[in-house]
Amino acid sequence: MIQRLFYYVGNAVMGFIRELGGILIMLFQAARLTFTPPFRLRNLIKQMEFVGVKSLFIVVLTGLFSGMVLALQSYHGFRKFGGETLMGGIVALSMAREMGPVMTGLMINARAGSAIAAELGTMRVTEQIDALEIMAINPIHYLVVPRIWSGILMVPLLTAVNILVGIIGGYFVGVILLGINPGVYMDKMINMLELADLVQGMVKSVVFGLILTLVGCYKGYNTYGGAEGVGRATTEAVVISSVSILIGTYVLTSLLF
Amino acid sequence: MIRLVDVHKSFRRNPVLRGLNLTIPTGRTTVIIGGSGSGKSVLLKHIIGLLQPDSGEIWIDEEELTRIREKDLYRVRKRFGMLFQEGALFDSMSVGHNVAFPILEHRRLPFTDVQKLVAEKLELVGLPGIEDKLPSELSGGMRKRVALARAIALDPDILLFDEPTTGLDPIMTAAIDHLIINTQQRFQMTCVVISHDIQSVFRIAHHIAMLYEGRIVEEGVPEVFRQSRNEIVRNFLSPLCQ
Repeated sequence: MIQRLFYYVGNAVMGFIRELGGILIMLFQAARLTFTPPFRLRNLIKQMEFVGVKSLFIVVLTGLFSGMVLALQSYHGFRKFGGETLMGGIVALSMAREMGPVMTGLMINARAGSAIAAELGTMRVTEQIDALEIMAINPIHYLVVPRIWSGILMVPLLTAVNILVGIIGGYFVGVILLGINPGVYMDKMINMLELADLVQGMVKSVVFGLILTLVGCYKGYNTYGGAEGVGRATTEAVVISSVSILIGTYVLTSLLF
Repeated sequence: MIRLVDVHKSFRRNPVLRGLNLTIPTGRTTVIIGGSGSGKSVLLKHIIGLLQPDSGEIWIDEEELTRIREKDLYRVRKRFGMLFQEGALFDSMSVGHNVAFPILEHRRLPFTDVQKLVAEKLELVGLPGIEDKLPSELSGGMRKRVALARAIALDPDILLFDEPTTGLDPIMTAAIDHLIINTQQRFQMTCVVISHDIQSVFRIAHHIAMLYEGRIVEEGVPEVFRQSRNEIVRNFLSPLCQ
């Protein structure tokens, strides 16, 4: 019984270390190859369009409703002790420091992270990655590097949009629907929100962009077992990235403040 | 010349290659035969450095693949072309782009020259004018021919074929066989073909090697195989003998 327990725990720990090691090796390879020619700018732009431009709608939508629901919830909470005028500041702070980067990270992970894992996974099981190797093209250089950089560059931009739209959503609910004085609302927001809060949000979004593209690439690149394997890799990529984003936001908040 | 010396390879303690020795002559077509799961594809992946052996040596002329640096491995690979079992065409690219891909990556040529080369390679495999089609619009046989056009795009010295006729009807099988023969003769390439289609083997082979339980149990010209007294070879070839 105890032996079996040790076996399962040991197996799980070894599996975790193996996966983490594999992800870190891919990260180091991608970092090294970033500065190795040829520089495939067109590839990077294509990935930036996929990760960034095509995720814009969903990021705007989630940002808008995040801001609106934040405003509504904080209004009902603060009204109990007459502090509803703080709403503007609370919405802006929450969006900039937490909701913006996390919501954007999770949404892009669901849309682009899963697609990266599925695309690379399909390429692996249909031997397209082997074909690249045989053509003397390093697949990490060709497939992984532009995807990781597209995440690092586009997720912060989308997070900025998400925060802005969230603040607009909060303003709409607070000022237009709930009748808070617009001057007071804006004043509290400007007073409470500092540049450091926005910087914290941006730092988080860069890390989340890296996590979701790196994990998607790693899982897709190491897919095995045909169509079932592609499905498994995609699910694992989304779950690992989502959990990492949620744990990461706590760790980063602890470190940055 | 390609030479494999005492190559061992296991996957999760399952031995696939067990001390394999094989010499593949230059400028000839060598066919490696063997039953399903005998390790033929694993052997092919060792020849091109996609898999590393647990022990043993793999020589491509004067270079030993297990000891060279990654950069040199990529240089050696430029000498190879490979036709995968299912073609392995990039589905996100058109046929023309697929064939042009290795040329664009490795040669600095004006766009019109690349287009000309692509048209020439597609003509060679009997599929002129399909540059704009997508791989998903092609039949299995057409995909393999486009994959062959891509494999020969850089005029490689060595061409590898992983079961090129699997899943094709007899007419298309014969067409692919003739394409292999013509390509080999025209460019005097070293061709290595993995196959278990016996009729096809005797059509295209200059040299045959039989893989069984991780070792080469018989090798030689097709006539040697026809008259072999090796029980394993005779069993494998029995449908042909009947």
